[in-house]
Amino acid sequence: MNTLTNIISPAALDALIQFGILVLIIILKIVVVLAVGLLHVAYATWFERKVIGHMQVRLGPMRVGWHGLLQPFADGIKLFFKEDIIPTQADKTVFYIGPIIFMAAAMVNLSFIPFASNFAVAPDVNLGLLMVLAFAGMGVYGIFISGWASNSKYAFLGGLRSSAQVISYEIAMGLSLVGVMIMSGSLNLTEIVKAQEASVFGMYVIPQIAGFLVFTIAALAETNRTPFDMPEAESELVAGYFTEYSSFRFALFFLGEYIAMIIMASMAAVCFLGGWTLPWYITSVLPFLKLVPGIVWFLMKVYAFIFFYYWIRATVPRYRYDQVMKIGWKVLIPVSLANIVVTALVKILMTKGV
Amino acid sequence: MIEEAEKIFDTRELNVNMGPQHPATHGVLRLVLDIDGETIVKVTPHIGYLHRGIEKLGESLSYFQALPLTDRLDYVSAMSNNIGYCVAVEKLFGIEVPERAKFIRTIVGEMSRISNHLLWLATHALDIGAMTVFIYCFREREWILDLYEMICGARLTVTYPRVGGVRNDVPQEFLDSLWKFTDEFPSRILEYETLIDQNRIWLQRTVGIGVISAEEAVSWGMTGPTLRGSGVPYDIRKHMPYDAYDKVDFEVPIGTTGDTYDRYRCRMLEMRQSNNILRQLIEKLPAGPIMADAPKFLLQPKDMMMPITHPTKELAYVIEEKACKGCGMCLRACPAKAIFGEKKQPHVIKQDLCLQCGNCFVTCKFKALKLIPGGKGMSEEQLKELAAGPMPEEITKAAEYMVKHFEFVKKGPKVPEGELYVATEVPKGELGFYFVSDGSGKPFRMRLRSPSFIHAGVLPRLCKGHLVADVIANIGTIDIVLGECDR
Repeated sequence: MNTLTNIISPAALDALIQFGILVLIIILKIVVVLAVGLLHVAYATWFERKVIGHMQVRLGPMRVGWHGLLQPFADGIKLFFKEDIIPTQADKTVFYIGPIIFMAAAMVNLSFIPFASNFAVAPDVNLGLLMVLAFAGMGVYGIFISGWASNSKYAFLGGLRSSAQVISYEIAMGLSLVGVMIMSGSLNLTEIVKAQEASVFGMYVIPQIAGFLVFTIAALAETNRTPFDMPEAESELVAGYFTEYSSFRFALFFLGEYIAMIIMASMAAVCFLGGWTLPWYITSVLPFLKLVPGIVWFLMKVYAFIFFYYWIRATVPRYRYDQVMKIGWKVLIPVSLANIVVTALVKILMTKGV
Repeated sequence: MIEEAEKIFDTRELNVNMGPQHPATHGVLRLVLDIDGETIVKVTPHIGYLHRGIEKLGESLSYFQALPLTDRLDYVSAMSNNIGYCVAVEKLFGIEVPERAKFIRTIVGEMSRISNHLLWLATHALDIGAMTVFIYCFREREWILDLYEMICGARLTVTYPRVGGVRNDVPQEFLDSLWKFTDEFPSRILEYETLIDQNRIWLQRTVGIGVISAEEAVSWGMTGPTLRGSGVPYDIRKHMPYDAYDKVDFEVPIGTTGDTYDRYRCRMLEMRQSNNILRQLIEKLPAGPIMADAPKFLLQPKDMMMPITHPTKELAYVIEEKACKGCGMCLRACPAKAIFGEKKQPHVIKQDLCLQCGNCFVTCKFKALKLIPGGKGMSEEQLKELAAGPMPEEITKAAEYMVKHFEFVKKGPKVPEGELYVATEVPKGELGFYFVSDGSGKPFRMRLRSPSFIHAGVLPRLCKGHLVADVIANIGTIDIVLGECDR
């Protein structure tokens, strides 16, 4: 200890230790979010198979564990031990990088989401909303790169479709969230939730219903889910951009897709459904609900949204590529622009009036 | 700028090879797509990946033996193919099928139409992305397959109809279960329709896709619901009734514009009509025999062979020493190599090796082979002694009958000479059998007119100018099965 104090002043040592503790906390948070997040992803697949199974008058996974509860692990183990095939004509380096970019872009987003009032890996990022949008957009690089590097025409077409689709729907999604930004006056996700809690309706989904609808549709398209699953339309492009991927690289895409889905559901919960809070009119009627930790409400909202995803998947057919583009540019973007104008006008009138 | 770029670079369409291994080409159809972006410039179908030479095989088999081959044509509605074949062969033989057999055949034929349309709807909807319809349809198809199992034991390749009638009579439970099915099925159709019939996405994907006018459809040779979607009310069941179709009341649903949606509607209505037909048939089903009485043409029942095929005492085949000329025919016919002996010397059967197949028995021209009831386990001397004496009368009769039957199966009946084309309405369209008979028991030529083959040829015409996703919709709408297309 003496030698140490000789080198560093006690004050600096204190600061260093405090810094170390901070880093440790962050690392701990990352570990928790990653572990819990990945577990959620695993069980999101199980949940999907069960939900769709029951919608289609069958049982879904039943064999591994009680009601197939261990199925995600069995799948994971299987994928991990499968042979990793790389096409000889593929651009190897890029082929390796593709799924990593896709997965990483999706994973980074987990750090911005405030799961409870004081829990986020990166709390109070002032541009949280924009960061999430930015990283969600990053994922398309992974898709496009892997589609290109596979040197397969199906993958190539899938990559092209995906990039076109994500670019067009990114705009609609960003615009749909502008209404939320105007109402809350912040881009900080935690602030947005707090502003919602203080607002009249308790949730932005009521005043921002148009924005919410646009966001929901755009989120479906952004995560390549039915009816907008052009890039991986199995009946047309075999599996789209990951046609040539196998083994764990395929699993990375799969994971990335489900994480992206959870991110989008979380965004919906945070921006429109009030995050971890309950509207005041519910808590005033049923005050004991205040005792339930916020994370429970958050997860319930997220899973309700995810259930909606599955429901849609079991119900509707797939759009054609040009129809998807048409909806994106001719319906969603005008609607969200109109929503922005109306929201802004109301906001000005309200503040001026008061 | 694009024009400049095109001057510098040699641009051409992207050439995508769709199939033979592809989730949406319904088997092993291979399409070579030339696409400009997402737009189809040209589609070239390549067929033949499932060619098994069924037409040629039919020439080396007698008319009865070729029947199971027809199961393998359109394997999702094997029953209809069987019926088509049987109707054609019966016309060639000039025999009349008993009423009950006709009704039963019509029943199973309409069941096969429903099951085919269910499979079509399931895969068509799945191709367009509606995955729940797929499972719903398979639920009902499963029911029909269970019913098949009830009458003939097989679910897919049934070979239930026979030339001259049907194999078994239908049990009462079958009719009860089928009646229940026809009761429930209309509500099940509504269930599928709630999912897609007025679904905006489904409409956007099918209306105006693959439009073909009535004239063009006729000139392409399209048949079945694929043609009727264009508004041509051509149905062989109505125009050239076979089996019991002239005794039931039904309508032929037709479309107007000839697009994918119209063809979809046609098939949905057709399922309802089939359901109606089934109800009428069950109500009117007459009693009576199920096989035509035409011993010159048809395989006769095997009851007469019972003393040999199902003996009360275990039999033994023995060669009578005096009668055997040592020609060696039986030696060659024996699959177990249980017969020994020099040429021109009497042969001997080793009883412990004998499988009792009877091949030696039917090949022997000198009637040297004898059947000894209860001969199993006797010593060789005893058998020799018994072989010298006459066989019991019932065994002699049965043996004569068996030899005749064997020759009849191998050589086939004496068939009138000439040519014949008979078409039936299978779920996919007009399935025609063309026979050239030279008077022997085997067709000199057998040719098929299969709807799938002709419809596969229309694909380029239907797909041109559409997008990649519409190719899938078009493959679904023409309802092809490559087993029938490639034969």
